Amino acid sequence: MKTRKGLLALIATLALIVAACGDGGGEGDGDGGDEPGVGALGAIEVAEGEPIKIASLQAISGDASSLGTDQVRAIELAITDKAEIAGHPIELAFNEDDLCSSEGGQTGATRIVADTDVVAVIGTSCSGAGVPASEVISGANRVLISGSNTSPYLTSDLAGNEGPSHHDGYFRTAHNDGIQGAAAAKFVFEELELTQIATINDGDPYTEGLTSAMAAAFENLGGEVVVNTAVTADQTDMRPVLTEVAAAGAELIYFPIFQPAGDFIAEQAQEVSGLEDTVLMGADGLLSDTYVVLPQTKGMYFSGPNTPTTGEYDAFVAAYEEAYGEPPIQSFHAHAYDATMMLFTAIENIAQESDGTLVIDLQALRDELHDITYEGLTGSLKCDEFGDCASVEGIDIFQNTEDTADIVAVRSSPIITYTPEELGIGG
Amino acid sequence: MADVEAPAAAVEEKELLAPPELDLRRAVRLGLSNAAAMVLVAATGIVGTFQGRLIIDPFLPLGLLFLYLVAWAFGWLAAKPPPTLEGFAPAVPGPRNLAAGALTGAIGGAGTALLLVLMTTFNLRGIFIELSPGLADTLSFGLSVAAAVSAIVAVATAVGLAGAGVYFLPPRWRRALMPGLMWVLIFALFTDMIGQFFGGIGLEFVTDLLFTSRGGPLTVVGAVTVFVAFSALYWYRGGRKTTLRQRFDLLPAERRTRWTVGLAVAVMVILWFMPRIMGPFVSQVLDNAGIFLLMALGLNIVLGYAGLLDLGYVAFFAVGAYTAAILTSPLSPAFSPELTLIAALPFVMIAAAIAGVIVATPVLRMRGDYLAIVTLGFGEIARILLNSAWLAPYFGGAQGITNIPDLQIGPLTFRSPQDYFIPIFLFVVVAAYITLAVQKSRWGRAWMAMREDESVAEAMGINIVTAKLSAFVVGAVLASFGGALFGSQIGSVFPHSFDIVVSITVLVIIIVGGMGSVPGVTVGALALIALPNLLREFSEYQFLFYGVLLIAMMLVRPEGFIPSKRRAQELHTEELAQDDWLAIYGQAGSGEQVAEGTA
Amino acid sequence: MTEATAPARPTRRASRITPVATFLWFLRIVALVVILYGSFQSISSGRLTAAQWRDLIVFGVSTGSVYALIALGYTMVYGVLRFINFAHGEVFMTGAMSAFLVANGLATTSLWASNPVLSLLIVLLASMVTSTAVAVIVERVAYRPLRGAPRLIPLITSIGASFTIQYIVRGLVGPSTKAFPRVEQLRGTWNIFGLVILKSQVVVIVAALLMMASLYLFVERTRTGRSMRAVSEDPETAALMGINVDRTIVTVFAVGGAMAGVAGALWGLVFPSLNFFSGFLPGIKAFTAAVLGGIGNIVGAMLGGVSVGLFESVGPSLVLAGYEIPAFSQLKDVVAYLALVLVLIFRPSGILGERLATERT
Repeated sequence: MKTRKGLLALIATLALIVAACGDGGGEGDGDGGDEPGVGALGAIEVAEGEPIKIASLQAISGDASSLGTDQVRAIELAITDKAEIAGHPIELAFNEDDLCSSEGGQTGATRIVADTDVVAVIGTSCSGAGVPASEVISGANRVLISGSNTSPYLTSDLAGNEGPSHHDGYFRTAHNDGIQGAAAAKFVFEELELTQIATINDGDPYTEGLTSAMAAAFENLGGEVVVNTAVTADQTDMRPVLTEVAAAGAELIYFPIFQPAGDFIAEQAQEVSGLEDTVLMGADGLLSDTYVVLPQTKGMYFSGPNTPTTGEYDAFVAAYEEAYGEPPIQSFHAHAYDATMMLFTAIENIAQESDGTLVIDLQALRDELHDITYEGLTGSLKCDEFGDCASVEGIDIFQNTEDTADIVAVRSSPIITYTPEELGIGG
Repeated sequence: MADVEAPAAAVEEKELLAPPELDLRRAVRLGLSNAAAMVLVAATGIVGTFQGRLIIDPFLPLGLLFLYLVAWAFGWLAAKPPPTLEGFAPAVPGPRNLAAGALTGAIGGAGTALLLVLMTTFNLRGIFIELSPGLADTLSFGLSVAAAVSAIVAVATAVGLAGAGVYFLPPRWRRALMPGLMWVLIFALFTDMIGQFFGGIGLEFVTDLLFTSRGGPLTVVGAVTVFVAFSALYWYRGGRKTTLRQRFDLLPAERRTRWTVGLAVAVMVILWFMPRIMGPFVSQVLDNAGIFLLMALGLNIVLGYAGLLDLGYVAFFAVGAYTAAILTSPLSPAFSPELTLIAALPFVMIAAAIAGVIVATPVLRMRGDYLAIVTLGFGEIARILLNSAWLAPYFGGAQGITNIPDLQIGPLTFRSPQDYFIPIFLFVVVAAYITLAVQKSRWGRAWMAMREDESVAEAMGINIVTAKLSAFVVGAVLASFGGALFGSQIGSVFPHSFDIVVSITVLVIIIVGGMGSVPGVTVGALALIALPNLLREFSEYQFLFYGVLLIAMMLVRPEGFIPSKRRAQELHTEELAQDDWLAIYGQAGSGEQVAEGTA
Repeated sequence: MTEATAPARPTRRASRITPVATFLWFLRIVALVVILYGSFQSISSGRLTAAQWRDLIVFGVSTGSVYALIALGYTMVYGVLRFINFAHGEVFMTGAMSAFLVANGLATTSLWASNPVLSLLIVLLASMVTSTAVAVIVERVAYRPLRGAPRLIPLITSIGASFTIQYIVRGLVGPSTKAFPRVEQLRGTWNIFGLVILKSQVVVIVAALLMMASLYLFVERTRTGRSMRAVSEDPETAALMGINVDRTIVTVFAVGGAMAGVAGALWGLVFPSLNFFSGFLPGIKAFTAAVLGGIGNIVGAMLGGVSVGLFESVGPSLVLAGYEIPAFSQLKDVVAYLALVLVLIFRPSGILGERLATERT
């Protein structure tokens, strides 16, 4: 019909006109730069009596929800513990869902930065969500600190090359896959003296990245990866996979995945013939109370972040149980707690008082995060130039023995610790 | 009941029978359902989570309000006067209705009180994690358990009574006050967006008047203002004799067309300027809604016109996204020609067409429900293959493909969500045009004939094979456009984004919006994508409400929000006054009631 | 589809060689060649021993038995009401969840260790009661009012019910993974006819067979079963014959729910970890199984379930490994779905065909 075609043409013209006139003005512009004492990214001003606003962007719904919920709880505990910065209370202004997907991360991040008072975001849960979130949040001059992203893409390959999805406002307290993979490989090759291993991931960018890193490091050391395969996160029958692993003659299985898939592998490895002597090893995804209490996980090794042996972690777990009715349900809660507290420390250090108003210079915040060393539940944290802040003490290897009754006991008695230098990784 | 006008006039001289009495046993049954609902609302943590949200500052938190709103709704349901049947006088609400409402409320309250007692006597927190001391505190209004039990039952009864009381309001008051209350709730839930809206059009003072702070709860003044304003609006509307739709249908054809076109233009202009006014987040949400709308229009052709139940529609979305990603991203593993998105589009179309043929061919001879599960399987196969280590050298595996460049047309670069709205909007308009054009064309009629009865269609000379193939291909191409825009807008593609939930969402959009109708599908996309995103703080329970909404919609309005006329007729032809009889008198065993009625 | 019965009745269409028919024949041949070649390569490479192949088969059968139990619910509801009950996976999950909770409760008492049979029976009872209750409630609230509606409407409702149940359970018990306590007496293996099978798997297979046999007898021999068959054949005529259609339909849902409840309890024995989302995938697999075996056909559902289990378990190792595909175990679902497509291409009504010969639109 003529009307329709005419309408179409009209709209198309309108579109091009508006596109030409308007510009990409959705990203926050720093509202500073001319004022003395304020960096190029501008500053956030918190009036007297007003709270300092932060946000959380974690996987709250869907099958990754235990991962995100665990971290949100840790963030809330951190806020309760810190209570205030320079006389201002702290408010969790947004508890956004990253849906463990790229569009969820993007939408959530966009929502948060639309509020120009939010200083920083703790998130995301999943590396896939982190890729767009990092771009959006850094582009809006704010800071994003993750407690569970591990993909090298988001920071660097640890050899000085910037990752393709790196942005300046991004930090994380979880270990880069490169470090953890190298540590696990070194342990297996040198301490356990095994030369043939199998790796199993669950198709998620985090676990797949970690197994790749571990496999690469292991082969570098001279070992052989006889099977590199995958299961799906909701898979329950692991026996076919394990039969293949047995047939290939693997001496150890490295499966840095999550529950419940990890439960099934540990359980069924005992049932599949040929795997009686095979050693099992997981990573921080399985370092949770609900996993180590399972009888089938006794004797397993884990790679995970260095945990200081002070009573802080115990106290944290106790507080968590008190508030939420159950022990921590996943294993990145301590990372998230540290991320939040590290942020608070940095804010406290650089915030300036001006006539009762607190001025938080955003560039200074980023610089401070690169400068400080923060002592946290997961160790001594120092951020490198690309945002990797995980414990400089490196990675611990733990074992879940018959004597260790719960997660606290497991984490407080590491077998060995590897620092980045020992692993030959430039920091 | 327009069709019984004539006979009713004839029986006017005869005395009308007394209407049946309100069934109190039904009230008891509803009371038990009420109790179950209230207990679930409390035990799943909704009360606890919502309690942090204030509706009206400082005294009306959403948690308890929601809980007792459930009781109110059940009370309203229980007190509903039975429909007026032919030959009977209309039922007048009386004390029995109030009793029904109160009874339902009381039973609900008793259930909640029981929960409170159990919660405080035994430690159930190990199993039901939300039954915390904090929840007990909230439920008991801060009183002791013994006092709280009476308080809860009392409040619930009162609320149930209030629900029943609605029927005592004259109809015009009811139609004004209820929506007024609803709008207060809406303003309170969407404070963020509304504040943004008024700010965007320069009326900041309205936000300051209505809310305590930007994104904060309503002030008392604000709540009253909103209530009065909207009630007045609905009051005025209630005074009219005919509804808007009726008056519209009575206009002569030419004027109707003009109004339709004018409305369409107006809607498009509003959607056009929305992003600029509403800021980046709402734009992002509209972008997401737009992409889903594009897909919905495609599925509308496959399912709505051709009647093919495709539950694996996400496969085509993925094909579009990944083809575009491979052709445009510098980080594409095997092969990165780094074309612009526009240059890549023809290839995307070809890839989608091939995918459409691959999916369609094995299912050519399959019957409806088999088709469903097989296409579902194909959708899953697509995602698993994209995620697999085997094909990772081509598709990036679990790590996906990142660094997809922004859309560029000549000197214009589209970067932000507001920018992307323009191309998405254009694609949607084109897709809508295609949908409408196709409907009247030979193809469209062939599809619809095939949908109605395949054997007959074939007997009439329609080539079923071509029809099915073409339906799949057209649907695939539209979905692939959505995928290409999606990848470009987000900047990366991961297999996780292409799972079965997407197929289901698109299906729900067209059914809930109104299958076969473009405005319906648009509303569906906005409702099902935009709304949950805007209510993100309740995201923990998002899917719970989504599920309840789906069930409710299908029970109450299965033809969708804005159905095509035909579909509405199809779905409601069975409804006769007869059904009302059955509803009241049930099947065998209600002899006594019938006798009463005829007394 | 009249096409389904075409081979039985010679019509002009069947004897005409259409491009579609040719293409489908071509697909069948290609599929056969691909499968046979891959299998040959796998077996002859000697990667897995005979014992390991046997193990894979047993694993497949035991998982498949659980799928079969769930598939029964799908197939019966479809046979009677002609719609896909998406919420059935969640019916299974609620049963499993109560099984897990009750089991954990019992495990704290001495009964668990001293009398495992009684404990497991209690667990089974809890699971069956819960699943049946959920199935019946959903039918009453969401499906009954939609009895006459076109097929798509109850489908959407069932999707809504699925989400609702999932997230209610999540709200009640949280998103964390629950563990099923160990049954010490069931650890280890038995030697049956020279096959070394895990005790837990034997229990699962035997229990599933028992339930399926009883269901079959119930449907074929009892009056209620006859009513069910009658209603699935033709509800209106059945009503005329004096059958209470509503009550029969509720019975169908209840029985399907009970079967899913059994599956839930057995799940704990073989897969001792569960969360609120665990019903989704088995639900889809079970539906695939029901279609594979012939939807509406009870024996077909059982066969389909076991088949899907076998395809998943043995398929990748048998066919894909022969082509040296890396990480072939990841593609097990692909094998299952492709198997479905192939079976339907070879036999469009499923392996055993539908109960009803004629198609209804």
